[in-house]
Amino acid sequence: MQTPLHFTQSDSLLSIELSGELTLYSITPLEKQMRQRDVVGITRIEINLMSVTFIDTATAIFLVKMEEMFSKRGVECSLICENKTLLSTLELVKMQRIITNLETQSQQKKSSFLEKKLKDIYAYFYSFIPFITFLGKLFVAKMSYLKSFKNIRFKEIAYEINESAVKALGIVALTSFLIGLVVAYQSAFQLKTYGANIFIVDMLGISILRELAPLITAIVIAGRSGSAFTAQIGAMKITQELDAMKTMGFDPFAFLVLPRIIALMIAMPILIFVADIMGMLGGIIVANADLGISSNLFLDRFREVIAAKHFFIGIIKGPFFAFLIASIGIYRGLSVQNDTQSIGFNTTKSVVESIFVVIVCDALFSIALTNLGI
Amino acid sequence: MSVIEVRDVQTVFGTKVIHDGLNLSINEGEIYGLLGPSGCGKTTLLREMVMLQDFSHGSIDILGHNVSNIKERDAQKLRREWGVLFQFGALFSSLSIRDNIALPLVEYTDLNASMIEEIVQFKINLVGLKSSDADLFPSQISGGMKKKAGLARALCMDPKLLFLDEPTSGLDPISAREFDELILKLRSLLGLTIVMVSHDLQSIYDTLDRVAIIDEKKIAYEGTIVDVKSSKSQFVQTFFK
Ligand SMILES: Nc1ncnc2c1ncn2[C@@H]1O[C@H](COP(=O)(O)OP(=O)(O)O)[C@@H](O)[C@H]1O
Ligand SMILES: [Mg+2]
Repeated sequence: MQTPLHFTQSDSLLSIELSGELTLYSITPLEKQMRQRDVVGITRIEINLMSVTFIDTATAIFLVKMEEMFSKRGVECSLICENKTLLSTLELVKMQRIITNLETQSQQKKSSFLEKKLKDIYAYFYSFIPFITFLGKLFVAKMSYLKSFKNIRFKEIAYEINESAVKALGIVALTSFLIGLVVAYQSAFQLKTYGANIFIVDMLGISILRELAPLITAIVIAGRSGSAFTAQIGAMKITQELDAMKTMGFDPFAFLVLPRIIALMIAMPILIFVADIMGMLGGIIVANADLGISSNLFLDRFREVIAAKHFFIGIIKGPFFAFLIASIGIYRGLSVQNDTQSIGFNTTKSVVESIFVVIVCDALFSIALTNLGI
Repeated sequence: MSVIEVRDVQTVFGTKVIHDGLNLSINEGEIYGLLGPSGCGKTTLLREMVMLQDFSHGSIDILGHNVSNIKERDAQKLRREWGVLFQFGALFSSLSIRDNIALPLVEYTDLNASMIEEIVQFKINLVGLKSSDADLFPSQISGGMKKKAGLARALCMDPKLLFLDEPTSGLDPISAREFDELILKLRSLLGLTIVMVSHDLQSIYDTLDRVAIIDEKKIAYEGTIVDVKSSKSQFVQTFFK
């Protein structure tokens, strides 16, 4: 659409005559035509709006901006208009622009890229301090909570065990079964070339009981229950349920936080035990099918070479991992701000951080136990 | 006798100052309104009174306790003496309306189940909900009903003090007027002291004994509605048209 635009030039005066209705859609064509026009040697511009019937606020802003731009370049620029409505629209826009200009001027200047990055890094590491605060509160809550037996909220704990562990049994069992299968299958291929078939029992026994089952369980639970903790508590924070609890004198730590942490710490060893069984089952099936080791032979060898300590080490990791997953999940839930975006952000963070921390914790276990000679 | 004393309170979020040297006092048995334009910090002030929000300077006394350095035991006692109605109800989404209202009774008293049920039914009817609504969950009821249920929960322990954040916004006009009547009735029956944030002019004229109007981080006016007309402040005049 070509907007009616008429240029007349006499010496150093350029008159621009606009006509018709000027709306949002006419701005771009206008701008294009103006830009094509060469303004060298012009000291005065008149924008004639006499035959314009209507302008909307967008065009008004455009015209005012143009006026300003020309004035800045030292070109005298004036709008000619007699229509009252048009004038008041232009006046309104000018007033608003003065206000916004004042406001933006009072704001500080933009920070540089480096400054921003460093601030982000600082903020990231600074966010560790509230987590320490959270752990401190948790400790205090735990102390006063465990002071009396009747304080313990068995109903909530049982509910959470069901929600975050019993319902996760299926997925934990399936995942660890598949991991057992895959690890056995890959090692069977290698062991066969050395004729060391029977050693698959040693290999699987130690790696699954000691390392794989606890880790896999922790990862599945972090993804499933840790994220659920964050989302549930985050949503409660947004709907002000947490505030409501506080004003009624119910400590969220006693009602929401500790039951979840305790439930997960109780349930995790059991889940790891199930993962042990399922992982070994996968190993037995592959050993049977691929290496010709009967299940009886497998189990006899298992009893002979795998010390009970491997099993117990795996189980002992459970409560530690559970504590980390639950406390990070809940801490992230509590740090949700008053918008829905922040739930997604914190849920992602909660899963990533808890898996990372679990792996770090596992590494610490490895180093400590190896140095202790266990 | 004043039940709430706010002295010289200053609130800062980041670099933004919300209150600066704010003073007010609320007497026993009165219905007190916090008024002011959106974003002037009414909700924030209410949150400071009920110990949900820290402030950087000044003091707030509630029923003789200074909330900034109160012992946990006293704080816990204080919390049982007030009821709070949040702007959007803040019902516990995992509990039915009945269980929401019954929760404080279950936790804090050793009443038996049938007594609790009686009390819950009474409060449900008092706020204008139907008995059959008791089994619904917060997600199954409308915004206005959530407010009524929230009020029923706030009233459940028969508190001395009631904090209401915009109780009539989002209610239909009939419910809003019923709400006003209920507030007045409660005050005369139970001798409640009520602090409320409101934008509803009708409700302001009908229920409030005294008001505080917040402007420019301070109290622009404190006093009765009747005297508001004679206030010299330009802002207060425009606020009441
Ligand atoms: N948690 C917060 N962080 C930062 N600013 C906040 C926070 N809560 C409230 N504010 C700001 O405080 C001001 C007062 O808010 P509020 O008390 O909710 O106003 P209202 O009077 O409408 O209830 C607003 O400008 C808001 O942006
Ligand atoms: Mg508010």
